[in-house]
Amino acid sequence: MQSEVARGSRLASQGPLRATLRRDLILAARHPGELANPLVFFLIVITLVPLGISPEREVLAALAPGLLWVMALLAALLSLDSLFRSDFDDGSLEQLLVCGQPLYFVVLAKILVHWLVTGLPLTLMAPLLGVMLALPEGGYLVLCLSLLLGTAAMSLIGAVGAALTVGLRRGGLLLSLIVMPLYVPILIFGANSVQSAVDGLPSTPQLAILGAFLAASIALAPWAAAGALKVSCND
Amino acid sequence: MNWQWFHRLGSPRWFFEKTDRWLPWLTAVTLILLLVGTVWGLLFAPPDYQQGNSYRIIYIHVPAAFLALAGYYVMAISGAIGIIWKMKLPYMMMAAAAPIGAALTFVSLVTGAIWGKPTWGTWWEWDARITSMLILFFLYIGIMALQNAFRNQDSADKACAILALVGTVNIPIIYKSVDWWNTLHQPATLKLTSAPTIHATMLYPLLTMVVAFYCLYALALFRYTRVEILRRERRTRWVADLALGIRPGDRPRTQKQDTEASE
Repeated sequence: MQSEVARGSRLASQGPLRATLRRDLILAARHPGELANPLVFFLIVITLVPLGISPEREVLAALAPGLLWVMALLAALLSLDSLFRSDFDDGSLEQLLVCGQPLYFVVLAKILVHWLVTGLPLTLMAPLLGVMLALPEGGYLVLCLSLLLGTAAMSLIGAVGAALTVGLRRGGLLLSLIVMPLYVPILIFGANSVQSAVDGLPSTPQLAILGAFLAASIALAPWAAAGALKVSCND
Repeated sequence: MNWQWFHRLGSPRWFFEKTDRWLPWLTAVTLILLLVGTVWGLLFAPPDYQQGNSYRIIYIHVPAAFLALAGYYVMAISGAIGIIWKMKLPYMMMAAAAPIGAALTFVSLVTGAIWGKPTWGTWWEWDARITSMLILFFLYIGIMALQNAFRNQDSADKACAILALVGTVNIPIIYKSVDWWNTLHQPATLKLTSAPTIHATMLYPLLTMVVAFYCLYALALFRYTRVEILRRERRTRWVADLALGIRPGDRPRTQKQDTEASE
């Protein structure tokens, strides 16, 4: 009993960011099957491309930068619904809302964990799929860098949509509907950076703009998502 | 400072009664402007030296596109006012603005396609402005879908206001990035007219139509908001009185009724 209290107070002293980070990482590690789902989805849709379009290397190489980005976007989108879902279902989300800690950091931590378990693996898997789609030599590093920045920004912006729809029983499709238009700029600059790298052009400007998106969404998105969570929990 | 006027703006009943008096005038002005602008634009403005008569769709296309964009800001600002001051009326206006804006965006996309066929030879082109209008249409659809998804009206309003504000931050970014994307892919192969300016004989009817569309937008917004007010306030006594045709002075009011009505 004594140690439980001590642990609780230690948890509280860590601050909301670290405490939520710890808790969510442990929860994610206990369900390893769910972690693989976006990756498998990414792999399967990439497999469908040569089947549906053409297995010729020239055709695939021309399409690869855009396709990899679109598919990564869809995989990230499909994983968004789980961001707040289980916490909402078991009531711990309401506890987080009333716990008195700054909600911005709690939400930021949850988004960070979501990115660590979906966006980061997607980024690491992308070069492998690039090989399968015959992505030309020059594109791999920029593909990874752009996805690293882009998936993080997508997790942040998508969190607002996930927070808005978490209270709805069939929110999944609606979530995609409201979040996808907001992903347009990220997709444009992400896919274009890879294309530029493949063409031998500098891709730093696009990466810098992706970084700017990330910085702006770190500042604004958790705040909007926190407001949306309050609305969803009152519904 | 007297803030009474401001709080009255938040009262749906006050709005309903005021617009009741404004609507006939607004309708008359809108109809006259639309009539003048249409007849002037379609019959009296000179034909374009390159496009002939097909350019005349500009008198619908441009005003609709203007209002489609302005309508998003009307919606987002209403939502922001609703969130900040916790007022009911701006939320109703926001809910009313979404379908009107979506309809105007749709009109501008369709008229653009119809105009594109004779001028560019294609119904659809992935031009920067067309693409951004399409994304704006998706943003409107998202707001409408979210509004319908909630069972609780209060949550639906707040959620839509948040989404509208997030969209507002994004609209300039989307516009810039789509513009940038397009100029990279196909450097301006299509231009509407080679002349950069529009001649006065075409401009004045166009301006008339723009003003007419602004009036039409206000009219539609007021009418949709009134319907929204009646729908949401249907349990209050003043709406019941209105439906039964009882004038406010006819019924001897008691303290109890007053409190009921204000609830």
